[in-house]
Amino acid sequence: MEYGFTTAAYVVAAVLFILSLGGLSGQESAKRAVWYGIAAMALAVVATLIGPGYGNWGITLIMLAIGGAAGWVVANRVQMTEMPQLVAAMHSLVGLAAVLIGFNAQFELSRVLRAKAADAAAEFHGFAAVLAHKTPSEIAMLKVEVALGIFIGAVTFTGSIVAFGKLAGKIDGKPKKLPGGHMLNAGAAALSLLAVILYATTGAPVLWLTIITLAAFFIGYHLIMGIGGADMPVVVSMLNSYSGWAAAAIGFTLGNDLLIVVGALVGSSGAILSYIMCKAMNRNFVSVILGGFGGEAGPAMAIEGEQIAIDAESVAAALNDADEIIIVPGYGMAVAQAQQSVSELTRKLRAKGKNVRFAIHPVAGRLPGHMNVLLAEAKVPYDIVLEMDEINEDFPNTDVAIVIGSNDIVNPAAQEDPNSPIAGMPVLEVWKAKQVFVSKRGQGTGYSGIENPLFYKENTRMFYGDAKKSIDALLPMID
Amino acid sequence: MKIGALKENYEGEARVAVTPSSAAHLKKLGHEVHVESGAGVRAGFSDAAYEAAGVAVEANAGALIGAADVVIKVRPPSDAEIGQMRRGQTVISYFYPAQNAELLEKAREQGVTAIAMDMVPRISRAQKMDALSSMANIAGYRAVIEAANNFGRFFTGQVTAAGKVPPAKVLIVGAGVAGLAAIGAATSLGAQVYAFDVRPEVAEQIESMGAEFVYLDFKEQQTDGAATGGYAAPSSPEFREAQLKKFRELAPQMDIVITTALIPGRDAPKLWTADMVEAMKTGSVIVDLAAERGGNCDLTVPDERIVTENGVVIIGYTDFPSRMGAQASELYGNNVRHMLADLTPGKDGVLVQNMEDDVIRGATVTYDGDVTWPPPPPKIAAIAAQKPKEKVKELTPEERRAKEVAEFKAQTKSQVTLLGVGAVLMLLVGMFAPASFLSHFIVFVLSVFVGFQVIWNVSHSLHTPLMAITNAISSIIIVGALLQIGSGSWLVVILAALSVLMAGVNIFGGFLVTRRMLAMFQKS
Repeated sequence: MEYGFTTAAYVVAAVLFILSLGGLSGQESAKRAVWYGIAAMALAVVATLIGPGYGNWGITLIMLAIGGAAGWVVANRVQMTEMPQLVAAMHSLVGLAAVLIGFNAQFELSRVLRAKAADAAAEFHGFAAVLAHKTPSEIAMLKVEVALGIFIGAVTFTGSIVAFGKLAGKIDGKPKKLPGGHMLNAGAAALSLLAVILYATTGAPVLWLTIITLAAFFIGYHLIMGIGGADMPVVVSMLNSYSGWAAAAIGFTLGNDLLIVVGALVGSSGAILSYIMCKAMNRNFVSVILGGFGGEAGPAMAIEGEQIAIDAESVAAALNDADEIIIVPGYGMAVAQAQQSVSELTRKLRAKGKNVRFAIHPVAGRLPGHMNVLLAEAKVPYDIVLEMDEINEDFPNTDVAIVIGSNDIVNPAAQEDPNSPIAGMPVLEVWKAKQVFVSKRGQGTGYSGIENPLFYKENTRMFYGDAKKSIDALLPMID
Repeated sequence: MKIGALKENYEGEARVAVTPSSAAHLKKLGHEVHVESGAGVRAGFSDAAYEAAGVAVEANAGALIGAADVVIKVRPPSDAEIGQMRRGQTVISYFYPAQNAELLEKAREQGVTAIAMDMVPRISRAQKMDALSSMANIAGYRAVIEAANNFGRFFTGQVTAAGKVPPAKVLIVGAGVAGLAAIGAATSLGAQVYAFDVRPEVAEQIESMGAEFVYLDFKEQQTDGAATGGYAAPSSPEFREAQLKKFRELAPQMDIVITTALIPGRDAPKLWTADMVEAMKTGSVIVDLAAERGGNCDLTVPDERIVTENGVVIIGYTDFPSRMGAQASELYGNNVRHMLADLTPGKDGVLVQNMEDDVIRGATVTYDGDVTWPPPPPKIAAIAAQKPKEKVKELTPEERRAKEVAEFKAQTKSQVTLLGVGAVLMLLVGMFAPASFLSHFIVFVLSVFVGFQVIWNVSHSLHTPLMAITNAISSIIIVGALLQIGSGSWLVVILAALSVLMAGVNIFGGFLVTRRMLAMFQKS
């Protein structure tokens, strides 16, 4: 096939990819957008397969079949609450693939250079042919691109694996650092920079590439280990961004515009998501990445009063009397798999003519938009699921606010206590509702370990117990 | 421990200190409950009802005091009752130690531990046993009902075929617990409610209950309630003048006036003077909840309903909670049982008089042969002091325009700087990098721009699908692997094949999961 056909197909694929991301602006158009994405991917793969200098069809198809089947099975089995882990795990695959492809580029380059030295008129196919035509300065540039691709890919790989472990609860979610902290990261980064320079200028390329890879593996691991579970939304979107940049770097290496375009799209998408998440927590991106909360400015405001518990009957009675109800779900709802019960509760309350709405904080859960997906899975209509800015002003007119498994995002200390570690973070003002019920497992503090004065407020009652069991207990009493 | 509730022998008192439901809770604490025969009749609880709840009924006061370790009641015990009590016995009731020095002395002589329900400190933890608040709540509600009963017209405004009815105008003076309860009751009857209080911080509470706060145009800063445990402090003569002036202005318009102003340890302040009453319309009603302490209105006669010459009804009843005996008993009974729950930390029926505890220390007025009143100030303040609210400065149109221009300029400046730096970097890259790189670089930069523009429009709720789809899309890296898989080197082929495998997982997994998620979003 002609080279021109492949390029034309790439252009169409690129446009489809852009439309696919753009389509996510609304729930309805999003359903179309997925098909654009699938079509674009199919087109890109087919165009490459029948493009110039392609070989080894057999292996390709077998690998695709195996990989595809595995992906299919995983995608169909995964619970919606496990979405964050799945996304993190998948990022690691892209990262590792980028590393392997980067190494391949170097192997091909060595092979081509050796063959050219032996026989100036040697013929090459595919990628090797592209390499064979490169001038020395282009080869130097290529090496930088390879090193960059491998570095980002390797950070993404280990980082995603750690993020996966933390999200899946296989690794302790608390921030952990090796002695030396960020100096170790800086050292590893300096080491890889040195290796890149040596790689681009001297011999023994595979050795230097291996050093870069190992250093990057370490950075990815250590960086994400140092970030607490509550900051995972930022981490996941950051890794998403990295996987895109890795693809773009590989695109430069291979001289493939489609890879560059798509890599850049994914990279900027992840970057924007990270930015939105950071803003929602009133945190600086750098401080999130460097892990943990910054030094506290002073003693936190003392909290007075006591947490007053309440039983299911009284909650149900209050719900039966209320007209305006707002539910604030958090990670605890996901952990307890309570979304179906919450949905059932919502349905019953709505059937009685009450106005039930959901308030979603941008960083609720462990993934951007996590709560929306869970509620959608439980068939909660999306038009009653509102963002923080849309609903925050309505709390004073609300009879009952139910907080299910969220803590920091409803913490009044963010507004009232300038010394609080989360001071200034935008929060849902649930305490302005006439009554607040907090469904919570026990009296402990949340993921971030910050005491929450909301639980001590006069209009707050604590509804202790597993979220799912608590909500299920309410259901028969709503009539 | 044996807990016994006495029958109230005060004239007209309908409340009782224990109800069948509070008795059940007391039994859970490990106590045995006794009640004097007939104690609950006026509150609607028969002896049979008590017996059904497992409460032992005693024939008379003497038998009950003899049987019980803890005597509970509502009103302060009479001399006779105290006289019958023995050393080490506990009595829980209202006590008013400031006014009842003799009673206090008598209790001390008898060696009785007296716990005064009216001395429970006003801290959040003690709210569940704050009988003053729970009774004030009832009084506030009942005051509105009494006013409505004596008011010859609707509270709510109506437009009917027979003509238009304006809503009644209600003024509540003093927005404590009773005042707020009155506001709630009056607004839900449909009246137009105004409320006044000397503590500026309650304006928000007043407005939250649906009343309009009557602002005084007065310069002097009022101390907020935080310094005095949540109660009002006496005001300066100038402030009082300003206040009375405001009331004089309001008096002719108001149909109902409910006064609830009290200052701890003093007589009720006179806020509604005779000339204000004169200025009111015929048929208007004044309910004076402070009647027991002399009344806020000059003309109030405690325990009486009087009608003035110009036809204004002034109600000076002092037994509002008692007029709702069943309800008041339930709430008071719960207050008492919460107090006993705090006194029985082990839930084993053993009373522990922990004098280190702020609440117990505050409420105990005689203990172990000593008068322990007044208590030391509680260790924690009742209410956090209000931080002065910063006022958002109103900008004039010119200032606003100037600000907008300045913002626009700053924005332009930062954008131009960014562009400038970017351009310089580009030029540097262009000078050193090979041409083939630059052509790809242009594609890269433009794609980043497109990405930024497109992604900002993605709706918040679709962020998870966005991540899943970008994840699927990032497996475009498969193209790179496919380009290499045709290589002549077996090592390269193996690595490329592995990459294809991994990307394959991602493509199928990513798109499928995205589709699954999006299919779930449904409109109601």
